[in-house]
Amino acid sequence: MSRTQHLPTAGTAPQSHQLTGSASQRPRAASLSRRVLAQALFETMTMVRNGEQLLLLVILPVMALVGLTFTDLLDPYRVDGASRVDVAVPGILVLCVISSAFSGQGIQTGFDRRYGVLRHLSTTPLGRSGLIAGKLLAILAVLVLQYLVIAAVAAWLGWRPSGLAVLGSIPLLVLVAVTFTGLGMLIAGTLRAEATLAVLNVVWVALAAGGGVLFPLTALPGWLSRLVALLPSSAAGELVRECFLGTPATLAPLLVLGVWAVLSWAATVKWFRWV
Amino acid sequence: MQTPPHPAPASLDQTSRPAPVALQVDGLVKTFEGRGEPVRAVRGLSMAAHQGRITALLGANGAGKTTTLQCAQGLQRPTSGSVRLLGEDPWQASAQLRARVGVMLQDGGLPQSVRPGELLRHVSRLYADPVPLDELVERLGIGPFLGTGIRRLSGGQKQRVALAAALVGRPDVLFLDEPSAGLDPRSRNIVFDLVQQLRDSGVCIILTTHLMDDAARLADYVYIVNRGTVAVQGTVSELVSAEREAPLVMTVTLAPQDAHRLREDPPWRTPRFTDVTWSVKDRTVTLTGPLDGARVREVTGWATLDDRLPEALSVQPRSLEDVFLEVSGGDVR
Repeated sequence: MSRTQHLPTAGTAPQSHQLTGSASQRPRAASLSRRVLAQALFETMTMVRNGEQLLLLVILPVMALVGLTFTDLLDPYRVDGASRVDVAVPGILVLCVISSAFSGQGIQTGFDRRYGVLRHLSTTPLGRSGLIAGKLLAILAVLVLQYLVIAAVAAWLGWRPSGLAVLGSIPLLVLVAVTFTGLGMLIAGTLRAEATLAVLNVVWVALAAGGGVLFPLTALPGWLSRLVALLPSSAAGELVRECFLGTPATLAPLLVLGVWAVLSWAATVKWFRWV
Repeated sequence: MQTPPHPAPASLDQTSRPAPVALQVDGLVKTFEGRGEPVRAVRGLSMAAHQGRITALLGANGAGKTTTLQCAQGLQRPTSGSVRLLGEDPWQASAQLRARVGVMLQDGGLPQSVRPGELLRHVSRLYADPVPLDELVERLGIGPFLGTGIRRLSGGQKQRVALAAALVGRPDVLFLDEPSAGLDPRSRNIVFDLVQQLRDSGVCIILTTHLMDDAARLADYVYIVNRGTVAVQGTVSELVSAEREAPLVMTVTLAPQDAHRLREDPPWRTPRFTDVTWSVKDRTVTLTGPLDGARVREVTGWATLDDRLPEALSVQPRSLEDVFLEVSGGDVR
């Protein structure tokens, strides 16, 4: 295929839309990296341009951050002279990840599936794996934007984290994003779009309120805290809080999160329906 | 195991060869496991589609056409049987193979919250050498709504955007699932002209439709699918031609004064017409079957016994629709 080839035009002899032989040996698809980047860009643009998504991704987390800093709700969990905003930010960052990876991308994928977008894109050079890779990258791109917004607002509220803590939080948040993307995809790929929308929104509220995200496990009664400790949300909250507050790291939350990551993606690969 | 179902059209040019096969389906079976009984959507279907030809799959709803297409597009994994698309297994297609295949889905497959221009620009980035967008936009008349959200487009507008997205990678094989759904007559002509030109330039086009006129107008070769398998296949002229068993349709509408004869002297009460199908509605008698001059004379004579001309009288080949209805008979769901 040469650059000069065009679609056949009316009134002229058909162009040599060459199909066989050497022409078909040439690469016809853009390179893998270009395809995945194009999809990531497209998904990111779609996510941040949608008003409802923006509310979920940025506005609600910022409101929660401001609310937790100006009330005394978090006072019982301040250790070693940590300020309210110090205790609030780690949970807010995890909430941001759940918003984008789980609810935001899950809802978008559910409707993409309903409208046949997943089917169409998986027949293009992008393919099924490229589509998923593009979505993951888009989630990470949105996460960078969320991190910057939250850090800016938190800094204005007096947040002064150590550079090491910020650096350490990045791989943790990526792991959280991968886990919640898997869970969001599992729901989007098995339920109807409307059911996906309802389930993801309800679960978002439940996890934010009592899932060990914004408030540490110790805020819950003993029997409930042992149960919630097994959720990926509380494991994520604990890990990121330990990272920023400098409390000794524990292995359990990392294990819990790792198991959820593996299980959610294995289930997604097995049960995700493209059609 | 199966020979290509039809040879290349007769040509004076002795050097011309049969067009290469782009899609070969042999003994395809696809069963869906569900909560109840497994659904056998496709039950041993075989077909082929060639480059430079338009191949149509016709069938009632639920006949298995879309499932067959989805297996060919790599969207479904066959339960058994083989599917080769440009020589590869579509389920495990490489990006390079997918780049040679354009797919237009029945429901469009378009994201609702973006604009056609954004979508087409995105899809074109997935290909190494896409068709310039200006050209596609002009050919398909997309320009006026390039910046309107896809959610707000009409069915025909969405259809044209979906076709543009299928064509942007210069496909060698083009799948069109119900391509004229929602198109007004003018858009339909635009789309059909383009499809025919693509065929002439060597693209293999595989389409499904339930509109017999579309198939008759476009298709070089037709498969009529019923209950998950091919019931009849051939070129349109073969399917309706006089050499087949039930070639002609004769219609007679009697003058009102002669209508009583349908009750008193039904013309089919003669052993000479046992292999002809009769149907009567009001004053109109329709015969379908192997009609020859003698039989046409006999019916005409019966219709003009009192020297009055019937209101209408016609003899014509069966239409593709007649063949279709015959094949899918009581199975239309």
